[in-house]
Amino acid sequence: MSELKATHEIHTRRFSRNLGVGLTLLAMVALIFGLTMVKITRGELNERFDHVARPAMELKVEEADQ
Amino acid sequence: MSDAALNATRPYEPTFGDYVALLKPRVMSLVVFTALVGLLVAPVSLHPVETFAAILFIALGAGASGALNMWYDADIDAVMKRTAARPVPSGRVEPGEALAIGVGLSGLSVVMLGLATNLAAAALLAFTIFFYAVIYTMWLKRWTPQNIVIGGAAGAFPPMVGWVAATGSVSLEACLMFALIFLWTPPHFWALCLFMKSDYDNAGVPMLTVTHGRKSTRRHILAYTLILAPAPIWLALTSVGGPVTLITAIGLNAWFVKRAVDIWRRDEEQAQHDSYAVEKKFFRFSLYYLFLHFVALIADAVIRGLL
Repeated sequence: MSELKATHEIHTRRFSRNLGVGLTLLAMVALIFGLTMVKITRGELNERFDHVARPAMELKVEEADQ
Repeated sequence: MSDAALNATRPYEPTFGDYVALLKPRVMSLVVFTALVGLLVAPVSLHPVETFAAILFIALGAGASGALNMWYDADIDAVMKRTAARPVPSGRVEPGEALAIGVGLSGLSVVMLGLATNLAAAALLAFTIFFYAVIYTMWLKRWTPQNIVIGGAAGAFPPMVGWVAATGSVSLEACLMFALIFLWTPPHFWALCLFMKSDYDNAGVPMLTVTHGRKSTRRHILAYTLILAPAPIWLALTSVGGPVTLITAIGLNAWFVKRAVDIWRRDEEQAQHDSYAVEKKFFRFSLYYLFLHFVALIADAVIRGLL
């Protein structure tokens, strides 16, 4: 059975590629977080029925029924 | 993962930069610029984070279609001097990896653009990727000498996608920005073909220079330049235009038509005598031509913002 090494040769060989992928993923997470904050702050994603009475939205439902 | 798998080495270990090169960064920079202009001159403005995300995902979509192009065209890229050093034909990246990256990033960019802006922009980006990867790369490029005329549409979509990302719909202004790039592509590319003669001949790609001859290509360059000229002038007269765009359009098009006439008047003997100096100058100028038109649109948008 081969000995388990803490740092395999492949880690050294692929370090720059793994670093690039890691930084790209981090940037992606930051961007999606930023986008989410912008959309939530503007209230776009909150326009749904929930447990709080929303008279404005109830009116829309009544209009749709007519 | 077994040790055997870990130790299995490829003749060349691709770097992160090799995968980035698959996305054609130089083409992406043009896409970023034109899409940004389309987005900034639109009457509706997005939040800066949404603008950044929209441009990033449009560029990523363009990069994905570039990777699909490199996957499919590896055989002809290998025989052309200009493209032989690309990651797939040079063996730095496996064809399957290029395909996976192309398909994966296509899906990611379309979905994320839809979430960041609107569904119309996402659909238009998906169509752009399909147009470049399938209609142009897989179908037109090896079939007809008009490949670059119709395929040029793929490069013309980014400002329209940028506009739709901001407004949610297509308008005359977006169509004219599309027309500017669409009609600019043939004379720009055919000028390149005139002085990169051996490349397309060797690859067997039916470029106009190969199928119809170089004299006919010179006539086509002039014809398309004359058809192109009214588009930016019309654009200057719309809501996104203004005095800067109008003056720029008149000046650049007068110069562009003059150069196209010069190319049309020359024959191969004259061109070879000065190593295609006029054709090379026309090609270089065509890059500035497109860049300056879009800079002018931004300048007029800034002026409108100040007034």
